[in-house]
Amino acid sequence: MPTRIPVVVRKAAFALTASTALLLSTTACTGQSATGSDDDASKETTLTFWHAWSAPNEVKAVKSLIAGFEKTHPNIHVNVIGNMTDDKINQALRAGGTKAPDVISSFTTSNVGKFCSSGALVDLNPFFKKADIDPSTTFPKAMNEYTQFDGNRCAVPLLGDAYGLYYNKTAFEKAGITTPPKTWSEFEADAKKLTITQGNTFKQLGFMPNYHGWETTTEHYLGQFSPTYFDTAGKSTIATDPAVASAFTLQKKLVDDLGGFKKLETFRSTLGDEWGPKHPFQTGQVAMQLDGEWRLGMALEAKPGFEIGVAPLPVPDDQAAQYGKGYITGTIAGIAATSKKQNAAWELVKYMTTDTDAVVAFSNAIHNVPSTLAALKSPDLKYDARFKTFLDIAANPNSTTAPASINGGVYLTTVQQLGYDYESGKVTDLKAGLKKAAAQIDTDIAQAK
Amino acid sequence: MATTHTLRAKHRRSALRTLAFLSPWLIGFAVFFAYPMISTVYFSFMHYDGFKPPTWSGTKNWTYVFEHYPFFWPALRNTLWLVVIMVTLRVLFGLGIGMLITKIKTGTGVFRTLFYLPYLAPPVAATMAFAFLLNPGTGPVNSILEKIGIPAPGWFNDPNWSKPALTLMFLWGVGDLMVIFMAALLDVPKEQYEAAELDGASAWQRFRFVTLPNISPIIMFAVVTGVIAAMQCYTQPLIAGKVASGVIQGAGTMFEPGYPEHSTLTLPQLVYNLGFQRFDYGSACVVALVLFALSMAFTALLMRRRGGLIQAGD
Repeated sequence: MPTRIPVVVRKAAFALTASTALLLSTTACTGQSATGSDDDASKETTLTFWHAWSAPNEVKAVKSLIAGFEKTHPNIHVNVIGNMTDDKINQALRAGGTKAPDVISSFTTSNVGKFCSSGALVDLNPFFKKADIDPSTTFPKAMNEYTQFDGNRCAVPLLGDAYGLYYNKTAFEKAGITTPPKTWSEFEADAKKLTITQGNTFKQLGFMPNYHGWETTTEHYLGQFSPTYFDTAGKSTIATDPAVASAFTLQKKLVDDLGGFKKLETFRSTLGDEWGPKHPFQTGQVAMQLDGEWRLGMALEAKPGFEIGVAPLPVPDDQAAQYGKGYITGTIAGIAATSKKQNAAWELVKYMTTDTDAVVAFSNAIHNVPSTLAALKSPDLKYDARFKTFLDIAANPNSTTAPASINGGVYLTTVQQLGYDYESGKVTDLKAGLKKAAAQIDTDIAQAK
Repeated sequence: MATTHTLRAKHRRSALRTLAFLSPWLIGFAVFFAYPMISTVYFSFMHYDGFKPPTWSGTKNWTYVFEHYPFFWPALRNTLWLVVIMVTLRVLFGLGIGMLITKIKTGTGVFRTLFYLPYLAPPVAATMAFAFLLNPGTGPVNSILEKIGIPAPGWFNDPNWSKPALTLMFLWGVGDLMVIFMAALLDVPKEQYEAAELDGASAWQRFRFVTLPNISPIIMFAVVTGVIAAMQCYTQPLIAGKVASGVIQGAGTMFEPGYPEHSTLTLPQLVYNLGFQRFDYGSACVVALVLFALSMAFTALLMRRRGGLIQAGD
C-alpha cells in the first residue's frame, strides 16, 4: 500500500524544489584557471579569432585583413567568427576549451583592467620585447594607456575612435555663426542661438546635452576637461579633481539653459535612435552633436539636406591652448590565456595591430582612426578631408581616455549614475554627490581586489 | 534470532528497492539541485573572478551586497513590488477575463484567441512594442490621452510610472492564466450553482461560496508560479530600460540596467551584472541566495496561508 508523504515533508519539498529551480536559473559559479603555451608559430596551425564587427562592409574588411595575414603567414590559418558581444567573449575566455577563441577583439576598452587583473588575457609585454617593438613609441599616448593595467599589457589597440563635434553648417549660417565654438562658453552661446522652440517643444535644438542617448556620456564630456580619475595610490579623485566638478557644472548649465531636464527628455524620446537614419543630427533636429569619427560616414549616407561641418570639441575657457584634443577609445585585441597557441596568436595580433599597411587598409575599409603613429601619418590613408580632424585628435598628445581599472568600467558607471541624478535634479549638492561617488568607487575597487 | 536476521534482510532489500526506484530523482536532485545550491553557498564566501582560483573572503561579499552595493536595495524593492502588485493584478485580471469568456455565448473562440495571442509574443518584441506605444513623446497612447485632456505619464521614462507600465504589459500577456482559469471555471459542478440558486444565493454569494472554493487550488497555483516568475523577471525590465534610456552599448560605453533611476532594476539583473559583467561571482552568489531565501519564504507563507487547500489527492 503506498504511504502518503507527510504534509510537512511534501510542502517543504515543493517549496525547496520551486526555490531551487529559481536559484538554478540565476546562477552558475564554476570556472578554471589560465594556462600558458609553448607552441611553435612556424608549424601548421589554425587559430580562432572572435571579433565584434557585424555590418557587412565591416565583416568584409575583417576578412580581407585576415586574408592579408594568411598570405604572409601561410602556415597559420584563421577561423574568423564575428558579431561577438563582450558578454560572450567574457564567457568564452572563462570557459576555455577547443572551441574558445585564441585571439579576441572587443569594442569595450573599459574592460581592459578586468581582463588584465583577472589574467583572462595574457600579458603581451614579453611578446613585444621579443619582437623588439616599443608600444609607447608605436601607439598614440591615450591608446597606449587604455590597453594596459598596472604594468600588465594584456591588450593592443586595433583601430581607435576619437570624439569630436559635428555641426550643421547651414544652421550655423542661418544663426549668424561663422566658426565652430572653441571654448565651452562659446559653445553655450551657440547652442542657445541655434535653438528654435515650437510650442512646448523644439523645432531645432542647438545641442542635446542630456546624458541619455547617443554619445553624450559623462566620460566623453569629461575627456575635454582632462580628469585624472585616480591618484597614484589608486584612490578615486573625482571629488577632489576640479575638472570633474567643472564638467558636471557645465553640462547642468547646458541642460537648464535649454529648458530643463524634463523638457529635454521628452524631446529626446521623440528623436530617432543612434544607429538609424533618423538620428537627430542627420534629420536636422539637433544642430551640434558630440560623436565619434564613424558618424561622418553614417551622416553622409543619410543624405541630410545641409552641409556637415566637423571640428574638435570645445575645451574649458582656461585651457584654450589645448583646443584640438578629444576623448579617445577604440577596439582592442588580446590573446586568451586559455589558448594553447599563444605564439601563433601573437603573430596574428602583431600583424593586425602593428603592420602599417594592414592597419591603414583596415582603417580605410572600416572608417575608424588608425591605431599606430606610423599609420596615422601614412600617405595611403584615404579619407574625406573632414576625417582629418579625427586623425589629428587621435594624434594630439593632450587627448585623453578613461584609465583601466581592476573592475573594468564600474567607476565610469558610478560617475555616469551621479550624472543622471544631478541632471535630473535628484542630487542637488554636487560636492556631496561627488564625495559619495568617490567613496563608492573606492569600495567597489576594494571589493574587486 | 534467525527470524530477526530474515526480517532485517527483508527490510534492507525493501530499502534498497525503494532507493533504486527513487534513484532517478535522487541523482537529478543531487546533480541539478543540491550541488549547484551547495556551491552557491560556498562561492558566496569566496573571492572569485572566474579566472583565478577562488580564495576565502569570509563575509566580505555579504557585507558588500547589503551595505555597499548601491543597486541591491532598489532592486529588492522593485522585485517585491512586482511580486506583490503585479502578481495580484495578473491573477485578478486573468480570473476576470476567464470568467467573462466562460459567460459569453457566441464568438468564444475569437475572444479566447484574441486574449491568448499576446502571451505568445516573444518578450523582447512585446517590450519593444510597448516602449513604442508608451513613448511619452511620440507614442499613440499619450497622443490619445493628451487629446482627451488626461495628463500623459512618462511611462518607461518616469521612475514613478515605469513599473506600472511593465505591469500593463504583463496584464496584456495574461493569456496563460486566462486559459487555466477557464478550464477550472468550466470544471465547477453545475449542480452546486443550481443548489445555491435554489437557496436564493446572489451572484456574489455564488462566486464566493461556490466558484471560489472550487477554483482555489488553481488560484494557489497561479499565485505561486506567478511569484516565482516575478522574481525571475529579467528580460522585459532590462529591454524597457535600455530602449527608454536611449543608451546603446557602443564603443567604450557600459550600460547599467535600471533606467530611470533604478526603477526597472530587478534581482536577477544584479546576479548577471555582478557575476558576468563585473566578474564578482561571490557577490552574485549572495544575491542568488537572497532570491532563493525570498522564494522559499513566499512559497512557505502561501502554503501556510492556504494550508490544507492542496491535498495529496488534488
